[in-house]
Amino acid sequence: MTLEIIGISALGLFLFGYIIIASIDFGAGFFNAYSTISGKQHILTKIIHRYLSPVWEVTNVFLVFFFVGMVGFFPKTAYYYGTTLLVPASIAIILLAIRGAYYAFTTYGGLKHKRYTILYGLTGLFIPASLSSVLTISEGGFVTMENSAPVLDYWALFTSPLSWSIVVLSLTAVLYISAVFLTWYAHHANDEAATNLLRKYSLSWAGPAIITAAGIIFEMRTHNPEHYQRLVDLWWLFGLSVLFFVGTVYLIWKRRAYGLAFGLLVGQFALAFLAYGASHYPYLLYPYLTLYDSFTNKSMALALIVAFIAGLGLLLPSLYLLLKLFLFNKEYVQGNRNDEHA
Amino acid sequence: MGNEEAVFFSRVLTELTLSFHIIYATIGVGIPLMIMIAQWVGIKKQDEHYILLARRWTRGYVITVAVGVVTGTAIGLQLSLLWPNFMQLAGNVIALPLFMETFAFFFEAIFLGIYIYTWDRFENQKKHLLLLIPVALGASFSAVFITIVNAFMNAPQGFDVVNGQLVDVSPILAMFNPAMPTKVAHVVVTAYMTSAFVLAAIGAFRLLKGSNHIYHKKALFLTMKLGFVFSVATALLGDFSGKYLAEYQPEKLAAAEWHFETGKGVPLILYGVLENGEVKYALKIPFALSILAHEVPNAEVIGLDQFPKDEVPPLYIHYLFDTMVTIGMWMTVLSLVYIIGTWRQWRFVLSQWFRWLLVLGGPLSVLAIEAGWWLDEVGRQPWVLRGILRTKDAATTSGQVDLMLVLFAGLYLVLGVGSVVVLWRMFRKNTVEQELADRASEKAGDAL
Ligand code: HDD
Ligand code: HEM
Ligand code: HEM
Repeated sequence: MTLEIIGISALGLFLFGYIIIASIDFGAGFFNAYSTISGKQHILTKIIHRYLSPVWEVTNVFLVFFFVGMVGFFPKTAYYYGTTLLVPASIAIILLAIRGAYYAFTTYGGLKHKRYTILYGLTGLFIPASLSSVLTISEGGFVTMENSAPVLDYWALFTSPLSWSIVVLSLTAVLYISAVFLTWYAHHANDEAATNLLRKYSLSWAGPAIITAAGIIFEMRTHNPEHYQRLVDLWWLFGLSVLFFVGTVYLIWKRRAYGLAFGLLVGQFALAFLAYGASHYPYLLYPYLTLYDSFTNKSMALALIVAFIAGLGLLLPSLYLLLKLFLFNKEYVQGNRNDEHA
Repeated sequence: MGNEEAVFFSRVLTELTLSFHIIYATIGVGIPLMIMIAQWVGIKKQDEHYILLARRWTRGYVITVAVGVVTGTAIGLQLSLLWPNFMQLAGNVIALPLFMETFAFFFEAIFLGIYIYTWDRFENQKKHLLLLIPVALGASFSAVFITIVNAFMNAPQGFDVVNGQLVDVSPILAMFNPAMPTKVAHVVVTAYMTSAFVLAAIGAFRLLKGSNHIYHKKALFLTMKLGFVFSVATALLGDFSGKYLAEYQPEKLAAAEWHFETGKGVPLILYGVLENGEVKYALKIPFALSILAHEVPNAEVIGLDQFPKDEVPPLYIHYLFDTMVTIGMWMTVLSLVYIIGTWRQWRFVLSQWFRWLLVLGGPLSVLAIEAGWWLDEVGRQPWVLRGILRTKDAATTSGQVDLMLVLFAGLYLVLGVGSVVVLWRMFRKNTVEQELADRASEKAGDAL
């Protein structure tokens, strides 16, 4: 393995972690808002808050880790993406900031209002949509070089079918991931009403999620044939991923082993993520930037990898403790413990 | 938008974001330590009041952390968005501490999540206190790592540039640059000092507003003692920072001191105004600048005459320096008077006007933090990386920075007002008296 591959793998791991846990968070906010409108709030709110409360800040750090690590391992990306992403990334930051702060204000500060709950739910959809534009841009065709500086063509981005398919995929995936996880969580908490409702959400978002995913591959054929060819070469990874998907849906349909169902879902997305990432190789930004020409110098790469390993040594036990105390603690999940925040 | 405009708006947006973030970040660095001390005192003395103090501080802290986290995420991304050339270069040489900072964030975030939800989980209170140690460490180390990056900007080293290429990069050497020891120490200690005085201000305010509860008196006395210790350390480390400047960034010190001509045995200029290049109405302390810079009354101090005109930082940083130092001295004296006054039972430390001074100490300390950072950052101009990369060459070429500035200004307004309103309501609704009574009746219920 080359240093470049180690670097991108570390970043990929954390990006994937962010995608999963942030999806749960975004989707939960949306379901919560939706249930306020449809008068089912009493069913969901408790479950959602119980899960989200201790972890929301950790979710954010996954994102920070990814972009800071990116600049560390691949400093040239700071130049290319930094120059082009000013507007989409700023919008994403602002939405993230409002969302995060609002969450803290309501949970710890007792500020509650129906209008805000709905706004909160909607930001959960706009954030993945605006973040996913990075993915679209990386496919090439939207950035041109003018006076040796990269410039983003907004018009092309807004009118491209690829970019809209990616936006739609990000939304369906968020809702699907979140619904499956929360089904499991609600079941874990012995909350029958919530389990049933969330199970229904899971089943209804499964179809759209897989259809939009297939749609992207289709779009890619015309947009970036080189990438499309490499995707097709990895068909077996996608095949496996679809099998996992079928497994999840089957288990949820049969009301069985929700934990396993969520595990399969993570597997499904991990395989698809891996296949997508591997076929994107070696480009970070078609056709200007590859892993290799944007990589940092050797001594920095080694230093970062050492820091990464040492950091993981610290991080993994702490994450385990967090999950053990909250996610896997039946007493806490079921609300038997009187664990009010501070 | 021309590139000059892009540079201008990038500057303003960076200034705005950092000046806003630093308020919450400073509190975020210092408060966990204060909570730890209060909880520890409470456990040791078996005094319910200190434990409740820790608990109430924690509640407020969660709100400030939230704003710190979201604005920090903003500046983290903005560095690449607004200064892509700088980050590309910096990424090659100083990415290590930035990267390590994210682990500090993780550590803090995870244990904070655990800490706030486990107040009633442990029989042994000490176990709960242990959970706070990683929070405090994580917070302080975030400050250490990010300040190392900033120190590097002031005294870059650990690489060579040959034909426009970076060679011989040493991340460790870059981290341990000459600016790092004094800067890191001064920043961390001022965060502790500021947090102590902000908390003291809250206690003093409650006492002013009619509550005469012993709880607030204990809180005030504890925080003033801590504030005193840290303000002495601040002044000491600030003096070291001055000596560092004299050695490695003489142009910054000279600009801050309006020291125009190189000479021996030079006086320190305090306050005053600059009129047509002449200093007026200033307080001149003989030999003091020589002492500040080199510890010897007759030492030579380099003046602005030694630098090309386009490398002299803006001279208004003198006011920033004065503001910071004056506040530092004032708070040291004020806290000392309060402590001695309390021991010796001087009447005036209990008076209304004195308590107003204590209330004022909180905002003043925050102001000193802002002044200090502006001094540091503006005093580095025209460089982003001193001697290597000019600010005007580092900015984005994007044309929409002005629009982003408006959006972010709106965001900070919402966050600032929101956090203040939420904190205010949180503590007004749930007074100490009320909470102590609740807890007592709960205990009685348990005993039955
Ligand atoms: C509560 C806040 C506070 C207080 C009371 C002081 N400082 Fe300070 N000072 C800071 C907060 C600060 C800071 C915000 O932390 C800075 C900005 C950047 C840095 O390194 O620390 C700083 C920078 C800074 C610098 C510039 C360092 C550089 O640019 O590299 C000097 C020379 C001093 N300080 C000196 C002092 C002295 C002699 C003080 C006397 C009491 C003092 N400071 C009080
Ligand atoms: C010396 C000045 C700074 C100090 C002392 C500081 C300290 C902190 C602290 C303690 C936090 C945790 C939140 C809290 O407890 O309130 C935080 C958040 C953050 N800071 Fe700063 N910061 C500084 C400047 C910066 C700069 C210049 C950057 C940009 C690289 C930055 C990036 C971040 C990020 C990304 C977060 C969010 C981390 C998360 O998601 O948990 N900070 N900062
Ligand atoms: C948190 C406290 C800080 C405050 C209040 C602050 C304030 C400022 C100000 C006022 C400027 C503009 C200077 C000018 O253009 O005249 C500036 C520039 C800048 N600062 Fe800081 N700063 C802080 C910390 C940091 C840290 C820790 C870093 C490094 C990671 C940093 C990186 C930058 C960069 C890259 C610029 C733009 C280039 C330049 O103008 O030199 N700042 N900051």
